Amino acid sequence: MATLHLINKSPTRSDALASCLRVLAPGDALLLIEDGVYAAVADSTGSQALVGHVCHALAADVAARGLQARLADGVRVIDEAGFVDLCVHCDRVMSWF
Amino acid sequence: MRFAIVVRSGPASSQSSRSALRFTQAVLAAGHDVHRVFFHGDGTYNANALSVVPQDEEDLSASWAALGREHDLDLVICVASALKRGMLDASEADRYERPAASVRPEFVISGLGQLADAALDADRLVTFGG
Repeated sequence: MATLHLINKSPTRSDALASCLRVLAPGDALLLIEDGVYAAVADSTGSQALVGHVCHALAADVAARGLQARLADGVRVIDEAGFVDLCVHCDRVMSWF
Repeated sequence: MRFAIVVRSGPASSQSSRSALRFTQAVLAAGHDVHRVFFHGDGTYNANALSVVPQDEEDLSASWAALGREHDLDLVICVASALKRGMLDASEADRYERPAASVRPEFVISGLGQLADAALDADRLVTFGG
């Protein structure tokens, strides 16, 4: 019973990501959207916390912030269609604020 | 698969209304059903018929309304959230003796029961905003 966790806030402005990581279960997926994509920047405290987890970032939000070349290894960049597919493949979707 | 979408932010206050709109378009493009879009809290501002948006910005309220017309979507705004923000349809404006209605005709004012119903009936509930 996998859950897709949605994070839309920067880890420097909100503890949503930290709260989420405390309950993330094996098999769960994480999707960073809006300012949440800042967590995927390489060598940041956000991306260090993501090591070992399946992490996706929304392409349009990454591009809007100019972060395409600055993402940590292993972060999977997906578009809105990929977002929908993730929702289908997981059993439920949980948004963290 | 049936999706229900919750929008908790207004078009002028954060990126989340745009995120929810893009996601809803992608759900429809993938051939899935959108059971309902429920607008709660500041999300009710997405139904505003009176907002005037600069020409170089997307009018998200108009985009939601157009998507609703195109796909016959059930666009519901929470009544308790809506009334205190001045989001009134013609009958509410008449009931409370206000000078104008402010809700686009593509949106319906209803209660939180519609959110509970959407959560039960849809296969996936996806929330934007916060």
